[in-house]
Amino acid sequence: MSGSLKGSDIVSIRDFSREQIERVLEVAEKMVPIARGDEKSSLLEGRILGSLFYEPSTRTRLSFEAAMTRLGGRTLGFDEPRGSSVAKGETLADTIRMVDAYSDVIVLRHTQEGAARLAGHFAEKPVINAGDGAGQHPTQTLLDLFTIRKEKGGIDGNHIVIVGDLKYGRTVHSLSEALSMFGAELTFVAPPTLQMPQEHIKHIETRGIRPKISNSLEEVIAEADVLYVTRIQKERFPDPAEYRKVAGAFTIDREMLRDASDNLVIMHPLPRVSEIDPEVDLTPHARYFDQAFNGVPVRMALLSMVLGGIE
Amino acid sequence: MKEFKVTPIRNGTVIDHIDVGMALKVLRIIGVRNEVSSTVSVLMHVPSKKNNWKDVVKIEDRELDPKELDKIALISPDATINIIRDYNVAEKFVVEVPERVKGIMTCSNPGCITNKSEPVEPEFVVETKKPPALRCVYCDRMTTDIAENIV
Repeated sequence: MSGSLKGSDIVSIRDFSREQIERVLEVAEKMVPIARGDEKSSLLEGRILGSLFYEPSTRTRLSFEAAMTRLGGRTLGFDEPRGSSVAKGETLADTIRMVDAYSDVIVLRHTQEGAARLAGHFAEKPVINAGDGAGQHPTQTLLDLFTIRKEKGGIDGNHIVIVGDLKYGRTVHSLSEALSMFGAELTFVAPPTLQMPQEHIKHIETRGIRPKISNSLEEVIAEADVLYVTRIQKERFPDPAEYRKVAGAFTIDREMLRDASDNLVIMHPLPRVSEIDPEVDLTPHARYFDQAFNGVPVRMALLSMVLGGIE
Repeated sequence: MKEFKVTPIRNGTVIDHIDVGMALKVLRIIGVRNEVSSTVSVLMHVPSKKNNWKDVVKIEDRELDPKELDKIALISPDATINIIRDYNVAEKFVVEVPERVKGIMTCSNPGCITNKSEPVEPEFVVETKKPPALRCVYCDRMTTDIAENIV
């Protein structure tokens, strides 16, 4: 992608230049009053979003629907393939061709990696990837960047500590690569078996960033500007006792935040299970619910940019 | 003791400097299974001046097509192709790893959409040539174990 996003597929954060990301974040900022319902917009009136969710999603699906509705457009689609022609064995390619004929932009969440790229090959209308298996989830990355920029006044130079399942978590792969594009300082905290894959570390190093690797949140939390927490999934551990031990060591509670800076911002892509204690919600550090809201203005920006409502 | 040597071929192709251990994979690529009408000679683990050891495959009355050459390049990027016509080397060249490959390899990621029944040919960008590492255009996963995924 270069320059304008009009008509472009949004598949991977790697497809974006830094300038394009900055433009999306600027447009998203302008969308905030509309996203809150304080202002009305008919920017995408008469436009239809084809929303295809092959696996469950709460935030992503609802925030895309909210984004389209706030801009005056409408949404059609399904939130589980059962009952649709997909259940009868239709290929993704055929489903996409059909929805392409019924809508102006397609949002796709799929179980298989590469599904959005494939959809982009078969659709004439722009395709936005809302998560493909363990692969990419670029709109999550954009809303994370938006949140950091909003909360810290910028991204460059901030020390961002990412903690949790860094091996399998698709969110943290795209986010850390994007953060490296903006010159953020990165520390990855995870048990050794769930550390960031070498492939991603190498990619980050090509941008001149040397991420720190740690196994202890306590050792690094005092220096963090942003703490990005992700879930450690139980099914990654064959031994439940081992899971409890690891999960316990990476739980954020008031005790863990004792040495944290007053300005520390805590983020989480949600849903959380036990990695952030609910008592943290009441501290000034908690930003994960604001982060979830930010999905709406960011997705409004993307929808209006790919549909040509805004350059 | 009687010494057996592989004799020169009149017409056909000699695939030389195959990475040691890859000869059987090369046979699979060029479709040498049960129905072969000409002589195929395979030399495995023979001394090489370039590297320590190499494999060699000689196939009579056959020349290779571009897809076969691409596949050989991916599993053995130093292999040389000698096309023999009437006992003479008519052409000799080192295989070349292509920039992009399509339809000759499956993605090593079982979760990749191209491994489902979708009407697409798997496609890869060659990120490094020696040793070859290929990135799937669809799922972005890197495949380095090329020999296991060649079709």
